[in-house]
Amino acid sequence: MKNILLASAALAFSAGLAQAQDVVRMGTEGAYPPYNFIDDDGEVAGFERELGDELCARAELTCEWVTNDWDSIVPNLLSGNYDTIIAGMNITPERAQTIAFTQNYIPPAKSRYLAMTEDADTAEGLVAAQVNTLQSEYVASTDATLLEFNTLDDTIAAVRNGEADAAFADGDALKPFAEEGDLVWAGDDQQLGDGIGMGLRQNDTELKEKFDTAITSMKDDGTLDDLIVKYFGDDAVTFN
Amino acid sequence: MSDHCLQIIQDYGLRSLGIGERALPRTDFTLCHEFTLIGSGMLWNIYFGTIALAFGFVFSVILALGKSSCRAWLRKPSEWFVFVFRGSPLFIQFFLVYELLTMLPRQGIDLLGLTVETSWLTRAWAGATIVLFLNTSAYAAEIFYGALQAVPKGDEEAADAYGFTGWKKFRRITWPTMMRLAWPSYTNEAIFLFHSTALVFFSGFPALRQQGDALYYANYLADKTFNPFVPYPIAAFYFICLTLIVITIFGAINRRLNRHLPGATKKLRIKPQIIR
Amino acid sequence: MFASCADPSSLHGLNWMLCYLGTGKHLLFYTSFGTVLLLLAITAPLSLLFGFGGALAARSSFTPLRWFGVGYTSMVRGVPDIVFFLFVPIAMDQGLEYMRHITLCSDWTEPVRQGNSFLVCPQAKLPPNTAPQIYHKIYGFLLAVMAFALVFGAFAANVLFGAMKAVPHAQLETAQAYGMSQRQVTRRILIPQMWTYALPGLSNLWMILIKATPLLFLLGVEDIVYWARELGATKSQIYAYPHPDWRLWYFLVLLAFYLLMTKISEAVFARISARLSRGQATLGGETQRKATP
Repeated sequence: MKNILLASAALAFSAGLAQAQDVVRMGTEGAYPPYNFIDDDGEVAGFERELGDELCARAELTCEWVTNDWDSIVPNLLSGNYDTIIAGMNITPERAQTIAFTQNYIPPAKSRYLAMTEDADTAEGLVAAQVNTLQSEYVASTDATLLEFNTLDDTIAAVRNGEADAAFADGDALKPFAEEGDLVWAGDDQQLGDGIGMGLRQNDTELKEKFDTAITSMKDDGTLDDLIVKYFGDDAVTFN
Repeated sequence: MSDHCLQIIQDYGLRSLGIGERALPRTDFTLCHEFTLIGSGMLWNIYFGTIALAFGFVFSVILALGKSSCRAWLRKPSEWFVFVFRGSPLFIQFFLVYELLTMLPRQGIDLLGLTVETSWLTRAWAGATIVLFLNTSAYAAEIFYGALQAVPKGDEEAADAYGFTGWKKFRRITWPTMMRLAWPSYTNEAIFLFHSTALVFFSGFPALRQQGDALYYANYLADKTFNPFVPYPIAAFYFICLTLIVITIFGAINRRLNRHLPGATKKLRIKPQIIR
Repeated sequence: MFASCADPSSLHGLNWMLCYLGTGKHLLFYTSFGTVLLLLAITAPLSLLFGFGGALAARSSFTPLRWFGVGYTSMVRGVPDIVFFLFVPIAMDQGLEYMRHITLCSDWTEPVRQGNSFLVCPQAKLPPNTAPQIYHKIYGFLLAVMAFALVFGAFAANVLFGAMKAVPHAQLETAQAYGMSQRQVTRRILIPQMWTYALPGLSNLWMILIKATPLLFLLGVEDIVYWARELGATKSQIYAYPHPDWRLWYFLVLLAFYLLMTKISEAVFARISARLSRGQATLGGETQRKATP
């Protein structure tokens, strides 16, 4: 740990000397596997870590990873505490009014229901979702009764102990739970949002362009698709 | 106040109780929206606080008497209860109690042939009230216990001299003095309890049908508007009002408790005995 | 950490558990207990200082200052700490940066507020964007300390204000009769004497402060609750040490920690209380006097 700190301090120091490039601070949540999570060494890891590091390399930027609570992730970006949000954030028109998004780096993906039985009542039953997510917003608009929890784990626990009929969340985030065996997919999958992109301040157009170019180049040479398959499995939706 | 705002109040004023519009507003938030929704959520804070305080008052007096009992089988459990609930953060109590409540059998508990439903316990309206009730009982018990120890010896001796014994002595002499001594601290406890109700949907308990407390809606609005500087101060404003109401009511009771004392009709001084 | 832990998937039972508890993440969890203790150690004296200022202001004969003191104590006490923490630290951060912006970048022409964005010149950023992450963490921690100190300072002010009033008037008058000035009375009599009256309230305040620390994670400080939630959450196969939802166990550890803290604090305060009661004209002091032959 100490070595890593020293190394990053040294890196930042040399970057400061060079003055050629600024440090881009990448804000993430660190609690949304496999998109981003804290690995057993306490470092940010996951799909977005690998993607972000590659994008920074292609855009020739020095990047540093920062974690922030999901609830205040946008205000802290606007406040300038970091420069990008790369945290599995879906592109929505509402969000796009306040922050700028790069093009998506994950195609629009499916949100899915996970339940104890396949015939669980996802249409009018009690559906658990994480508070302040696209999915909770969607459930609120259906005839189902929404039960909101603070974490994804809570929603799964609620299905297991019978509190809720089903949990509704991003399909890729739910996958590990479905693979454990006791829970099954139920109801109809829904496509919410316009895919996942990086969030930036609206006036940071230059930085946005750099990342957009880098994402395009990763899409073109297929490395992005490889990365998606690596983290989300062979059946994941890819670009090409 | 414009007609537009009146309409919003009609639609969302009781949203936290499930009355009015089913869907929460998603865009074009006005100050009126924010005040209405957060105010609607305050109803839950008032509900949690009032119920927990009412039941907690009775239980805390029992605990206080238990703690000052000379019988160990009464004293020890009371002491432990007070220690555990005063010694740990409410945040963690909410989480742990919710976890425990979800472990109860879903189909209910069979009690002497009667099936006792358990599923309602995990709902915030019941479960969170229970946690707050236990929590405030422990804190108030400590206050009342302290007050009981501080009842002047002279009062008790005078009661003996007048021939008061047992229950009558407690009711006529010990009890009023104890209340009088404990009241300023108890007022603080009540304020803190109302503040703690803000934690209900923040740790553990889920919000059903987007019906939550003031902080739940403030959080919702902060998330939708990406601006924490409006909803949270509004919530703070409501809590300041609630605190003022609590102080007024408790002050009135205090004056009544002290009405026989010369020169005690002055305003309630919230004594520095903050117990929490 | 240990060589034998290199391949977690081959481990079983106790070995697995030992290696699991020795991961870098767990070490961060253990250090976070230190973070909480450090926060307590810094916040307590700082709150006392704020409280002192608030109480003296509330006693002041200069009306605006008195209003400020009374306003501070009553306003902050009316707001739940959790609500306060959700917007005050970020507001303090912006306030500081705005002040630096005005002094350092007077030639900056763009508006600071653009829509919801808050944009100051790079020199005004706190800490500078290029600073290593550790400085950002320290800065975040200091903001949290300030937020805690502001809230608990208001409570401390209330306690100290009450304690100052509780000092028997005769003692102050005696001091005046000896020819002490108002300031001397405050410094030599009022402040030393008030502690015995303030102690019960301050000890309770300390207990409240301990129990408010689980809210630290809201302020972006990676505290024990943050790590307990993070470590306890279900770990799928992408982690080296997969396990189901273990949050209950981690929270039980936190429960034990807080109960232990409470127990220790109670013992310490009992001692201080005995020390302060010595020679005081209170019930406690009287009992001590009688007990010594």
